[in-house]
Amino acid sequence: MTETRKAELMRIAYEIRKGAVTAVYSASSGHPGGSLSIAEILTYLFFEEMNIDPKNPDKPDRDRFVLSKGHAAPGLYSALAHRGYFPVEDLKTFRQVDSVLQGHPDMKHIPGVDMTTGSLGLGISASCGMALAAKYKKEDWRVYTIIGDGESEEGQVWEAAMFASHYKLDNLTVFVDWNGLQIDGPIADVMNPTPFDEKFRAFGWNVISIDAHDLDSIESAVKLAKATKGKPTAIIAKSIKGKGVSYMENDVSWHGAAPKADQYEVAMKDLDAAIAAIK
Amino acid sequence: MADKIATREAYGAALAEFGDKYDKLVVLDADLAAATKTGTFKKKFPDRFFDCGIAEGNMVTVAAGLATAGLIPFASSFAMFAAGRAFEQVRNAIGYPHLNVKIGATHAGISVGEDGATHQCLEDFATMRSIPGMVVMQPADAVEARAMVEAAINYVGPCYMRFGRYAVPTLFDKDTYKFEIGKGIVMADGKDITIIATGLMVEQALLAREQLAALNISARVVNIHTIKPLDSELILSCAAETGAIVTAEEHNYIGGLGSAVCECVSGAKPVPVVRVGVEDQFGRSGKVPPLMELYGLTAANIVAKAKAAIAMK
Repeated sequence: MTETRKAELMRIAYEIRKGAVTAVYSASSGHPGGSLSIAEILTYLFFEEMNIDPKNPDKPDRDRFVLSKGHAAPGLYSALAHRGYFPVEDLKTFRQVDSVLQGHPDMKHIPGVDMTTGSLGLGISASCGMALAAKYKKEDWRVYTIIGDGESEEGQVWEAAMFASHYKLDNLTVFVDWNGLQIDGPIADVMNPTPFDEKFRAFGWNVISIDAHDLDSIESAVKLAKATKGKPTAIIAKSIKGKGVSYMENDVSWHGAAPKADQYEVAMKDLDAAIAAIK
Repeated sequence: MADKIATREAYGAALAEFGDKYDKLVVLDADLAAATKTGTFKKKFPDRFFDCGIAEGNMVTVAAGLATAGLIPFASSFAMFAAGRAFEQVRNAIGYPHLNVKIGATHAGISVGEDGATHQCLEDFATMRSIPGMVVMQPADAVEARAMVEAAINYVGPCYMRFGRYAVPTLFDKDTYKFEIGKGIVMADGKDITIIATGLMVEQALLAREQLAALNISARVVNIHTIKPLDSELILSCAAETGAIVTAEEHNYIGGLGSAVCECVSGAKPVPVVRVGVEDQFGRSGKVPPLMELYGLTAANIVAKAKAAIAMK
């Protein structure tokens, strides 16, 4: 991509972060850390790669996106809002009783959400079903999925990994958001799910390792995934949990906590400063 | 006894038959196609059959993904694994988004026989009917099973269907039988009590009716093939007209048909309801007839419970 386009996408990634933090702040609950770690991946998919139409969210030939780590809903909702599926202002209704923006993604009520998720391990299996459907119907849309690193402690992730490989689902691309932290602490201490690359390779996948915050790497990985035939692709994306908000970065306490008013102000300042620094 | 056929056999045959008529129908199994009889479909439509291996949670969630793209997936395993092991996946990936997935669960109940308690699912009505929007059904014979499969294909939304391993007599005429989701069937009329049965207990209910007639008790027999949504109109009219009810099912007597009938009548037309079912126990290995005796899933027990219910009027 051109440097101009890259700068544009970087700005969008930080706007998505601002929306995600605003949603969590407005709700006084939610999951900021793992929303901030996937902002560039969401940006690349929703603003550059996927064949989607916010005016026609259910068009049959669209590429599908499944947020298997459904607790990062604030990140997804912010991406959808900025892409035009619903007003950005609606992010402030996140988790309210009269809002469609449920604590975890709800495909029945939120435009642009392709699968209901939140229970870990389920999204990747549903993605396999979607990818299989595209193959079966001989249609060329693709499926993009983000799973969490902690999520991969769920056995179902590996049932799905076996399935995708067995059915040669080369139209399925799964990002592993490797931010290294889960609720109870570092993933290495809680229940070490690494190495991701060797595990996915052993399950028969094409594996690419990238920096989750580098748009060029994301682009080249996705291009490589699309060019790979006969096997699904896992993109192991090393990320920083809480990326962009100084006090949230690499701090596990921000997995599922909302900032107070003064903390929210700092977060917005941090994110605005990052936007201002983009050349 | 040549016409005895297990409802799982009818299920597999129906899938294969309707595969021609409904091109969106696809079938998934978890390494049990030979037992669930989805193998019959696989043989005829190998490109529309997807074995998921021994991974039921993944299978039902893959089915959810297939349904989002407009296909009509039937996912099959034993009831224990489809409604037990995969309960949470069925709840969150199929029930909550109300996806058009059909779960064909076989080997339900004590009549699994020799495999014993680990495989004798007695809890699936309880788990499945507690999911909002889930249709829960069980046929009494092969004719009803076939019709149920076609009704499920045409219904848009999640369905759980429960089939048996054990061969049972055919009760219905395939040329005249009509199936409607949510509508009970009065098998025989009576005025002193209503026996409300499902699955292979419908046969026992009809036998019990004959035994009660010899005691000058007139029993109505109702076949409830749809546990949810329950035919409350029919059940309340039975309560009003006969004044007492016995339920009969091959399920724990907690949480199944008996409970559903109690829930129905208690708030609208309270009458004595006595439940025949497995009385909160696990099953065990054995041949089917002695197992049915051991757990009281018999016409004789229905007769005893009917007398008890009438005495409470």
